[in-house]
Amino acid sequence: MFDYKTLDKYNPLLNKAYQLIDDAGKPLDAKWKPGLDKAQILKAYKDLLFERTADLMAVSYQRQGRMFTYPPNLGQEAIHIAAGMVTKEQDWLVPAFRELGAWLAKGVSLREIFLYFKGHEDGSRFQKANRMLPVSVPIASQLVHAAGLGYAINYHKEKDAAVFAYVGDGGTSEGDFHEALNFAAVWNSPVIFVVQNNQFAISVPLKMQTKSLNIAVKGIAYNVPSLLVDGNDFFAMHEALAFARQHAVSGKGPFLIEARTYRAGAHTTSDDPTKYRSKEEEEIWAEKDPLKRLKGYIKHAKLDALKDEEKLIAEFKKHIDSEFEAAEKHPEYPLEDVFAYMYKELPDELKRQKNNYENYLRGAK
Amino acid sequence: MKVMNLVQAINDALDIKLKDDKSIVIYGEDVGVEGGVFRVTEGLQVKHGANRVFDSPLAESGIAGTALGMAISGMKPIIEMQFDGFSYPAFNQIFSHISRFRNRTRGKYTVPMVIRIPYGGGINALEHHSESPEAYFGHTPGLKVVIPSTPYDAKGMLISAIEDPDPVIFLEPKRIYRAIKQEVPEEAYRIPLGKAKVIQPGEQISVIAYGAMIREVQKAIALVKAKGISVELIDLRSIWPIDRETISKSVRKTGRALVVTEAPQSYGPAAELISIINEEAFLSLEAPPSRLTGFDTVIPLPLGEKHYMISPERIAAEIERLISY
Repeated sequence: MFDYKTLDKYNPLLNKAYQLIDDAGKPLDAKWKPGLDKAQILKAYKDLLFERTADLMAVSYQRQGRMFTYPPNLGQEAIHIAAGMVTKEQDWLVPAFRELGAWLAKGVSLREIFLYFKGHEDGSRFQKANRMLPVSVPIASQLVHAAGLGYAINYHKEKDAAVFAYVGDGGTSEGDFHEALNFAAVWNSPVIFVVQNNQFAISVPLKMQTKSLNIAVKGIAYNVPSLLVDGNDFFAMHEALAFARQHAVSGKGPFLIEARTYRAGAHTTSDDPTKYRSKEEEEIWAEKDPLKRLKGYIKHAKLDALKDEEKLIAEFKKHIDSEFEAAEKHPEYPLEDVFAYMYKELPDELKRQKNNYENYLRGAK
Repeated sequence: MKVMNLVQAINDALDIKLKDDKSIVIYGEDVGVEGGVFRVTEGLQVKHGANRVFDSPLAESGIAGTALGMAISGMKPIIEMQFDGFSYPAFNQIFSHISRFRNRTRGKYTVPMVIRIPYGGGINALEHHSESPEAYFGHTPGLKVVIPSTPYDAKGMLISAIEDPDPVIFLEPKRIYRAIKQEVPEEAYRIPLGKAKVIQPGEQISVIAYGAMIREVQKAIALVKAKGISVELIDLRSIWPIDRETISKSVRKTGRALVVTEAPQSYGPAAELISIINEEAFLSLEAPPSRLTGFDTVIPLPLGEKHYMISPERIAAEIERLISY
């Protein structure tokens, strides 16, 4: 299992990603055994398959004109499923916007996610998800929230609680990324910063983003233990995240993980990646697809593979459709809700503005 | 009762609330050991502990953003932006998150916090230390923005701000930090946010101001009194929510209105106030509502500041012009 010796061995300055299985899913070290049992591995595979199915369907709903802009997760699911397994009820999840599987594991419903991307704040109510923050659109700004949540965990002397905070490779150029690492380090906040380095910030490739050797090295200056991980290797991600969480909750402060992956889909449904990257590059990364690799491992380890994957996917699709239809049936957006959540108590000026508009509506009828 | 200046009154409010509510923490640049560059938090760290009153890294976006994290997990952070002009790096956090989190999460996560900012010119300061940014905050949905002009109001308004369930920008007119002394009750008391105050009733003209400008208007009132002009002076106290009722009631009575602000003119608080006056008191007006504001220029460095700052003489002249309109 991953320990501090391994962490030393993978000093980010060596620019070597922590990896356990190869592109075909075969362990690099024949003696390595996963720290998860068969049932856990199969569940992870199912969860990964579910995220992929739901994500592809979300893109398809958007294409049908039933949903607005949506950011696909394709190719990055191993990070999300591993994080979902490691994140506990009492942990905070501070998302960016491309962590679908991790949100689902936290208890967010697909109905809520669809509702949000259909354009309704009710989708951020997260009624069954404890300590889950809403999507953060201003890049990297959410990371400083995580450092503050970590301060609160320490202040309240909470045991065994951590914060998982996400950002992309482009976000590491923002000042808030650096401020967050620094605040969390100085305050010893139990935050696991997960950088999903998917090689692109919309169209801008990593080499235009930073001259650093990799992103993990950026943690070194802040004295935050940092690790570069093969983000498409489910097992490597799981070990790294579990170790990082253990580090954080044992009072040792923050941890930075760079999950090296590839955004196989578009940035959002409004983006066209053919404008800025080649088919060849996409094919190279398709070989490293996380679902394919985990499936390869299952086959290699002779675990009973899923009996009828097609049937399972069909069941998933039925469930996903029903969640989407529930989102479509969400009650219409009342005028009341435009005003209701601005302040605890609606100030007179807002009451006046609302009344004026209501009077107009009444007159217009 | 105890005689206090604004700095002491604010310190007293912070001290009372720290004692009263263990979820409160105070942090920012130099607020811990040193007690702040204006000594507003002096002595509080020794009294309440270094995990409750402390110096943070020098990064305003980080200070504001971490406070949001604390606020949504049941704490009540009171943060300081050391100077008005240093609050700008925190704009993204204030505008994109702090003001919106209640709405974005449909009330699941709320952000009860206070951002204290010493603001305004007239203290012979370096560049970026004399700004009046209230319009930016007042223009931002989801915030409350208040400015006291006396020690009594400072204490009562700050206690209300700390107890408020929503984020409050508390702008402190640093020019009068130590200029005004007043008897202030030693116990806690509250002044509701969003309410203007008629400081002095009068008959012929309503002058609306706030912060350090109140004292300048008072000097002007003394100048025009000799000429028999009766002025009603209103301290706005709250940039947002704005007290439409007190303003309109006064102008309907006097028929004339002058707004005095240190902030630049265009799209500023004076424009908002005059719109309200036009909407609510148009038929009572004896003269076009007027405004004396900072120029739409960068506030000059100290040697040029005299041209920018609004003097009592200039206010008096404008009052006379409106009376004889």
